[in-house]
Amino acid sequence: MIEFQHVSFSYEKGRSVIEDLSFRIERGESVGLIGANGAGKSTVMKLLLGLLSGEGKILVDGIEVNKASLPAVRRRLGFVLQNSDNQMFMPTVYEDMIFAPLNYGLSREEAERRVDDVLERLGLQELKYRHNHRISGGEKRMAAIATILAMEPEVILMDEPSAALDPYNRRIVINTICGLSQTKLITSHDLDMILDTCERVILLDRGRIVADGPADEILRNRELLEAHRMELPFCLAGR
Amino acid sequence: MNKMEKALHELGEMDDLAAQDSPIHRLSPLAKLLSTILYIVVVVSFHKYDLSGMAVMLLFPVLLFQISGIPVRTCFYKLRIVLPLVMAVGLFNPFYDRAPLLTIGSVPVSGGVVSMLSLMLKGLLCLMASFLLIATTPIDSLCAALRKLHLPAMLVTLLLLTYRYVGVMTEELAVMTDAYHLCAPGQKGIHVSAWGSFLGQLLLRSMDRAQELYNSMQLRGYHGHFHYAPGRPFGPQDALYTIGCAAAFLLLRFVNAAELLGRLVVR
Repeated sequence: MIEFQHVSFSYEKGRSVIEDLSFRIERGESVGLIGANGAGKSTVMKLLLGLLSGEGKILVDGIEVNKASLPAVRRRLGFVLQNSDNQMFMPTVYEDMIFAPLNYGLSREEAERRVDDVLERLGLQELKYRHNHRISGGEKRMAAIATILAMEPEVILMDEPSAALDPYNRRIVINTICGLSQTKLITSHDLDMILDTCERVILLDRGRIVADGPADEILRNRELLEAHRMELPFCLAGR
Repeated sequence: MNKMEKALHELGEMDDLAAQDSPIHRLSPLAKLLSTILYIVVVVSFHKYDLSGMAVMLLFPVLLFQISGIPVRTCFYKLRIVLPLVMAVGLFNPFYDRAPLLTIGSVPVSGGVVSMLSLMLKGLLCLMASFLLIATTPIDSLCAALRKLHLPAMLVTLLLLTYRYVGVMTEELAVMTDAYHLCAPGQKGIHVSAWGSFLGQLLLRSMDRAQELYNSMQLRGYHGHFHYAPGRPFGPQDALYTIGCAAAFLLLRFVNAAELLGRLVVR
């Protein structure tokens, strides 16, 4: 479904942010991309979305990510931004949700049906006509996820989906992510959330993959995590 | 809440006003836009000394305020910054045009004073009409109406995004102002020595936010074309409203209703 083949990227000449990165994510997999600050997680996301371009090859559903293929690639990818305020730019939740389906050629009736389906599935019907500036942070995060689901993407990319949420809303978001059947790639420092939502983890350090395997295995490996400026998830730390 | 947060809140209130329900809110955005444009054209076309003729045009905003349920004080409160500027436009007219035009009792009033008052009234009426249009029509529906009038798509998109980005910029300004005041307790405003870096930072932060927003739009299939919420379609009642407004405005433009009424009373 997603394949990185020897991908490298640098913002400045001689200072690589991503170095010879290769991995493959199969359809339906849920993968956590973890690493300390500056490890290159967000850059990986941006490369995949075609917001940055580097060396090497990135494939999404067999299509190589390049300028010409961007519309086809982006149609398959739904990206939930870390800051929901940057994602919800229309006046109401409904208008934000209908934005992508209309851009992808659906009629207003079809798009509206899709919006209603997603809202019902997530139990967010009461948010439909609410103004974005009037809803709470937790509601906004859920609305941002709903906005992406209305696109019906094959892959969902999430950047810190649990950041700045209280425990109650964090749990709602985690349960929602667990209920999604799409392929998922999630970057986060919230390793408990990664443990709950992902079966596989890729650990990055300074733009290189240092571990790739089952989440349960990697996230229990204190030595490995600490060697790369990470800690055990709280639920496994035994404090 | 700092000044910027208040400004942001006020901006949000405009969206709330536009989302209310009233016979005016329920009209097609195109009907409201056309009648407002015509109203402004008619008001602006009054002769500079025709103060009495223009005064009757006040009826339109007064009626709209009543029917839409939007408080007049909200209008004046939101226009408080721009109103003095509009009022100041004709301030020098009394110095240039000193010839007496009429007398009130035994006091002669110069043409300059009348034209100044006329300019002030024109500004006030146009502002009130524009406010009522925005306060009763969501910005997206307004943009859709502008597109129906074949305004260039680029211009309309620019209008919509400016409206959205004003909020983004104000948000950044609110955060920066708070941070500044926490580091400079007791200081009023922002010290002049910090203005340069403050504005530079604001620009950079706003550009970052704007880039994020634009990325988010692009990732959801945006390629320069907005699908505006169409709002209510233009129906018979909208046609009736537009024609009625147009007829009333033209009648009031060419028949001085205030003068007629005055004559009746004098007789």
